Amino acid sequence: MADDFDVKYVAHLARIALTPDEEQKFGAQLSNILGYIDKLNQLEVSQIEATAHAVPLVNVFRADEVRPSLSNEEALRNAPSKANGLFMVPKIVE
Amino acid sequence: MTSPAMLNQLTISQLAARLAQREVSARETMQACLDQIQKVEGRIHAFISYDPADALAQADAADHALGKGIVDKPLLGVPIAIKDVIAVRNQPLNCGSKILGQFHSPYSATVIEKLQEAGAIIFGRLNMDEFAMGSSTENSAFGVTHNPWDISRIPGGSSGGSAAAVAADECIAALGTDTGGSIRQPSALCGCVGLKPSYGRVSRYGLVAFASSLDQIGCFTKDIRDAALLLRAISGVDPHDSTSVPAPVPDYAASLNGEIKGLKLGIAKEYMIGGLDPEVSAAAQAAVKHFEKLGAEIVEISLPHTDYAVATYYIVATAEASANLARFDGIRYGLRVDGADPTDLYCKTRGAGFGPEVKRRIILGAYVLSSGYYDAYYLRAQKVRTLIRRDFLNAFEKVDAVITPTTPTAAFKIGEKADDPLQMYLSDIFTISCNLAGICGLSLPCGFTREPKLPIGLQLLGKPFGEETILKLAHAYEQSTPWHHEKPPLSPA
Repeated sequence: MADDFDVKYVAHLARIALTPDEEQKFGAQLSNILGYIDKLNQLEVSQIEATAHAVPLVNVFRADEVRPSLSNEEALRNAPSKANGLFMVPKIVE
Repeated sequence: MTSPAMLNQLTISQLAARLAQREVSARETMQACLDQIQKVEGRIHAFISYDPADALAQADAADHALGKGIVDKPLLGVPIAIKDVIAVRNQPLNCGSKILGQFHSPYSATVIEKLQEAGAIIFGRLNMDEFAMGSSTENSAFGVTHNPWDISRIPGGSSGGSAAAVAADECIAALGTDTGGSIRQPSALCGCVGLKPSYGRVSRYGLVAFASSLDQIGCFTKDIRDAALLLRAISGVDPHDSTSVPAPVPDYAASLNGEIKGLKLGIAKEYMIGGLDPEVSAAAQAAVKHFEKLGAEIVEISLPHTDYAVATYYIVATAEASANLARFDGIRYGLRVDGADPTDLYCKTRGAGFGPEVKRRIILGAYVLSSGYYDAYYLRAQKVRTLIRRDFLNAFEKVDAVITPTTPTAAFKIGEKADDPLQMYLSDIFTISCNLAGICGLSLPCGFTREPKLPIGLQLLGKPFGEETILKLAHAYEQSTPWHHEKPPLSPA
């Protein structure tokens, strides 16, 4: 399965720009890791349930009440760019 | 009488007793830690940053409270340092990465609020592998941390700063996090005690998530009693973390009575692996014999899916990481590298902000979750995770704890495995299953290699919420062996 690993394509899915050097290095390293991971195919698991969490807590609810939270100012404190109480982002729609 | 310069070497329990008797002050203690930092940080580099004025102000406040005779705060005046992945209000938070820029936390993690409630002095940001991804602390954007026993060697990781700071007596205790061994492995390599609680024991609110179903906050201490004290202080259900479990928090220190006769310790045949260093193997075997002498019963067990744990982990953990780290996109906080459109901005920001190991793992995680590969990788790994968890639950029908070496070798040289990520991953073989199974584990010193002299760690794995039992066992061993008294040879600078 590791043979068709396309590092450039997956890096774009993950929204990470790679340099040509990184593409080459990571491509080789990740193919090696994927080759190792393929050992899981040795196991028969069709009848096994998946574990997403070791502690199966379900439906942890709380009362639907307003609680104290960060102020607008505090939420924006670490923003790289802000104005009028909002995060500034590049233009999305023409 | 210890001279004031030695206050930084005390354990929590020793220090708390002296503070309560007013034999020493919190300020003297904090100053002793700062003096030690001054003396050794140039060689160790355990801290990314620390604020002496703030730490001393907290110490003065603790002394004021001690002067009024406040007694219901078990950690009053005890300096505790924090891994750079746990939020402390108004302090920097970088996760060992460039991508957070000048980020300062707008709120504190629940564990921090609990420690402050217990009276602790919270100081310093401890170095770590970027976003807790690594086993050597070489992946930090803030430079490498050095092992106090041999500064040409790694301290382990990802919580390498926490382990090195405790081992070098730069603080009394520290917090770290463990996703696949990131507390136990550096404790073993630096010769201190490291405890990873059961999944759900400690709130993760205010911890920057790496792999949400595996991460737990835990403690680095100089002995087992301190681990018991610190665990009690940080444990408990938290309305801010829906995965924290509403189980009562025992008085862990009260169970440290040395009575381990009849407790059953399991040795797994699958852990007798090739690549296990002979000196590590000998130390672990001697520890097993010692437990027998103390009255524990040794039982052979089997954990049949051990050989699949590393592969399972690197699918589950990277998949969760790729989702969790999507939030570092240059919009709301941290670094932003401008681009022609939002996608270009994200790609450039993340390309510039993340280091190589984090990029590798996010890409791997995105791949195993991507269309066409989800069932083959992610779903399959989740199923194997069920088998690994069952292995442990079956074993715990027969034994009270499982005993293993913490790591296959003592600390390796800086740079030795830096170019071979798979070799680095395989060194986590003994610690990684614990997180997949959601059980608890700790590491404590069990000897040293001969030349060079490097610490060897012993691991005890316990049932889910079975921390009392592994602490009791570890305490009985520790108190009848000399290892925890040994200090690294840090000569004056």
